[in-house]
Amino acid sequence: MKNTGKVIGVNGNMVTVSVTGQVSMNEVAYILTGGKRLKCEVIRIQGDNVQVQVFEMTKGVGIGDEVEFTEDLLAVELGPGLLGQVFDGLQNPLPELAEEAGFFLERGIYLDALPRDKEWEFTPVANTGAQVSAGEVLGTVPEQNFVHKIMVPFNLLGTYTVKSIAEKGNYKITDKVVVLTDEKGNSHDVTLVFQWPVKRAIKCYSERLKPVEPLVTKMRLIDTFLPVAKGGTFCVPGPFGAGKTVLQQAMSKNAEVDIVIVAACGERAGEVVETLKEFPELLDPKTGRSLMERTIIICNTSSMPVASREASVYTAVTLAEYYRQMGLDVLLLADSTSRWAQAMREMSGRLEEIPGEEAFPAYLESSIAGFYERAGIVALKSGEKGSVTIGGTVSPAGGNFEEPVTQATLKVVGAFHGLSRERSDARKYPAIHPLDSWSKYTGSINPVQTGYAYDMLRRSYEIGSMMKVVGEEGTSTDDFITYLKGEFLDAVYYQQNSFDPVDASVTPERQSYLFGQIMEVLTAELDLDTKDEARSWFNKVRQTFLDYNGTQWESDEFKALDKEIGTLIADKKIGILHGSEKVMEK
Amino acid sequence: MTKVYSKIESIAGNVISVYADGIKYGELAEVSTSFGKSLAEVIKLDEGLVSLQVFAGGRGISTGDEVRFLGHPMRVSFSDNLMGRIFDGSGVPRDNGPELSENLIEIGGPSFNPAKRIIPRNMIRTGIPMIDVFNSLVESQKLPIFSVSGEPYNQLLARIAMQAEVDIIILGGIGLKYDDYLFFKDTLEEGGALSRTIMFMHTASDPVVESLMVPDISLAVAEKFALKGKKVLVLLTDMTNFADAMKEIAITQEQVPSNRGYPGDLYSQLASRYEKAVDIEGAGSITILGVTTMPGDDVTHPVPDNTGYITEGQYYLKGGRIEPFGSLSRLKQQVNDKTREDHRALMDGMIKLYAQYKDSLEKKSMGFHMSSWDEKLLKYGEAFESGMMDLTVNIPLERALDLGWEILSDSFAPEETGLKSSLLEKFWPVKETV
Repeated sequence: MKNTGKVIGVNGNMVTVSVTGQVSMNEVAYILTGGKRLKCEVIRIQGDNVQVQVFEMTKGVGIGDEVEFTEDLLAVELGPGLLGQVFDGLQNPLPELAEEAGFFLERGIYLDALPRDKEWEFTPVANTGAQVSAGEVLGTVPEQNFVHKIMVPFNLLGTYTVKSIAEKGNYKITDKVVVLTDEKGNSHDVTLVFQWPVKRAIKCYSERLKPVEPLVTKMRLIDTFLPVAKGGTFCVPGPFGAGKTVLQQAMSKNAEVDIVIVAACGERAGEVVETLKEFPELLDPKTGRSLMERTIIICNTSSMPVASREASVYTAVTLAEYYRQMGLDVLLLADSTSRWAQAMREMSGRLEEIPGEEAFPAYLESSIAGFYERAGIVALKSGEKGSVTIGGTVSPAGGNFEEPVTQATLKVVGAFHGLSRERSDARKYPAIHPLDSWSKYTGSINPVQTGYAYDMLRRSYEIGSMMKVVGEEGTSTDDFITYLKGEFLDAVYYQQNSFDPVDASVTPERQSYLFGQIMEVLTAELDLDTKDEARSWFNKVRQTFLDYNGTQWESDEFKALDKEIGTLIADKKIGILHGSEKVMEK
Repeated sequence: MTKVYSKIESIAGNVISVYADGIKYGELAEVSTSFGKSLAEVIKLDEGLVSLQVFAGGRGISTGDEVRFLGHPMRVSFSDNLMGRIFDGSGVPRDNGPELSENLIEIGGPSFNPAKRIIPRNMIRTGIPMIDVFNSLVESQKLPIFSVSGEPYNQLLARIAMQAEVDIIILGGIGLKYDDYLFFKDTLEEGGALSRTIMFMHTASDPVVESLMVPDISLAVAEKFALKGKKVLVLLTDMTNFADAMKEIAITQEQVPSNRGYPGDLYSQLASRYEKAVDIEGAGSITILGVTTMPGDDVTHPVPDNTGYITEGQYYLKGGRIEPFGSLSRLKQQVNDKTREDHRALMDGMIKLYAQYKDSLEKKSMGFHMSSWDEKLLKYGEAFESGMMDLTVNIPLERALDLGWEILSDSFAPEETGLKSSLLEKFWPVKETV
């Protein structure tokens, strides 16, 4: 007999319930009101009074309404059929919900996350009698382009013996495929699906490794100068209108990973819908199949209930960890973690907790750290590797990076891609500020060369700001050339046109080739005597490089422009800048 | 089933509380005082103690006044009879028309399922070049007008109400000055737009709580019309007043304040209103334009800041004009490639030159020498400001594009504009030589 209770207080989406018997923190309960069952989660226990946060609007809830407790923590279903789906923060499949409930998100309707009637072709891997533990592979089913592994459920602790395993054939997700016996001889049935509480990290691996392998995003600025590693973390803070969402969309399309999970926690529905409608149409360059097949979208828009928004990032990261356990590389993009933090702040305010900085709860930092720490590259029990990379956007009030969410995030991420209003106003995209941003990971291009280029850009900025005071006349021609070199690097390498079909995604091979060309210009001692001459030469070179960036790799047009660039440089190059010789050594 | 209670336990600001049984969260009650009746809404339940927000405010309420619970949440009558009518924040007529009570609908309903949304695709023409040409308004878009107090934002809204190509205008006034209310009423009446307009007007002297209902009532009505296939434009002024009213009430209720005293759920509250903007497959649409006045012209103030993260761009009103630089319509790319082939190029080209004009203007003010190029830019900038940026200009998009070319050709040679040669050949005006 499960526990029940009665509503004794309502304040926004916080409801107080009087209950006798045992209740656990974060247990899921349902409030029965007006013929509906509203899902909620226990967030505080004080004697016989329990406070729950309701994942729905609480209009109509009254004193005395009955509450059913489930004994389960807030959990997601893990099993084949997750890929290509669009869920809300509680793992309700939104398209199916629309079929069931129509245009609006009616309260109290919860659907199975995974289709119950679909059959999957199961191939056993484990043998009868084998000793297995949580996370080890029992069998496989094909899912989209992947071999989906059916594993010993992560919540089974200890060692088990495979008592029986189903033969190859078609099964529904709730069909029993394996029976395990524990050390005491009790049997446990295993189906293709099991549940996992979202707020607990999945740790069925043998070792967590250091993220060193670069994750290719096909964005020059990131891959070359501000790299992200597989299993690493990064954040993208920026004021509204600086291009956070466009950047994330570009990454979700182009990043070289197996699976992308996009978590919209409190963003504009109009922007989410673009992803929803666009992804099924786009092809994954790697597989030639719809991009949606390797994508899961968790979609909690800004108008969905706050508690559900708070849950959404946990739902997303749990799904990511599940696929990591199969030896896959997963990229999780959360847009925006500030909205998630705001949801926490809202709940904390309702609980009347003593507020911390800017009214965020005192546990803001540990919650943020806890979320990002769920990223990582791990060695599985099978010896294979799998990774979860987490990238979160941050929307700081007024674009001020000093605020608590940005600061707490910066402490725990490995790379910082800060967007600047100044760059987005000047239409310099991506608007990641090259000098303010940093990365602790190593990219694929020689760091001595990238360091050289970076220094040149920094010098160019300095000269640029000096020129604003003393004018062009007060600057030496040498300095002016350094300034133009920095501008050139910014225009043709840092900036990238995400609307141009070719320039939008650049392979590492092409990046490395182009970077070599850029270095030729940056390290060259040039025969340019006057500023006018210098400006006009750089204009020409820049224009040629821009055309070049838009041409198909190794096409005839590309080769022609390549030659033209060679001639342009040879025309004015009289040597190598003093001190640059070492940088250019192979 | 009505229950009447005649002992009010506490009165704090606009919030009263009574002990009552069987009350639902969000339910309405009617409070009868010696000054008349007012609606009140249940905002908190704590065992038997029910807290209510009284729409007409707490002033003059006595502990012995009667509270009668109505057993339903806030509703509004919905029918075609609403057209041309003016109501207050709680749905009571402000004009001399009859009270409407048929077909009551609940306000503040659930959100639209994102999976059912369609990508916005239709432009709403307003006849205002700074909108149509440079930051097209798109059906289903949610946009604030960021403005400093003193700017003619209500004039702009009224102009849009009269000129926008939509079926129905719903105008929600929040904390409006009485003069502004009359301005809207007279302007729309004289302009002949009243018959397609519904107004929910809360003025500054009305009780503050009533203002909180205005966006919800306006949007609930809009939603019903949209589901019936109508293109609805909802104009809200001023959303900063709405946020300030929330702040006032939250503080009276001793809620833990968040940023600058605003309640912790400011973002959620604003979002749940703005997110009602939608284009419905096979039916109509809701487009929302809301004025957000920025205290001290500070875009980092919590209200404009949170708004900016929810909405799809903004119109930045400054010096009586829509600023080309701060303004942004995120959705314009969805529509401005289908209007005329020169639209996008002209839009970008004119703004780039206008930016250069600003530089020349700065140089001039610092007393630097003006080159012949500077002179051209100055001529161009002035023509641009008077011809295009003046908010009283009312011309169709195509005429505005033609005008753009005329302004360019009056100041520059074709090759000085940075526009593609193919467009120049086609659109550059041919001048008769004298």
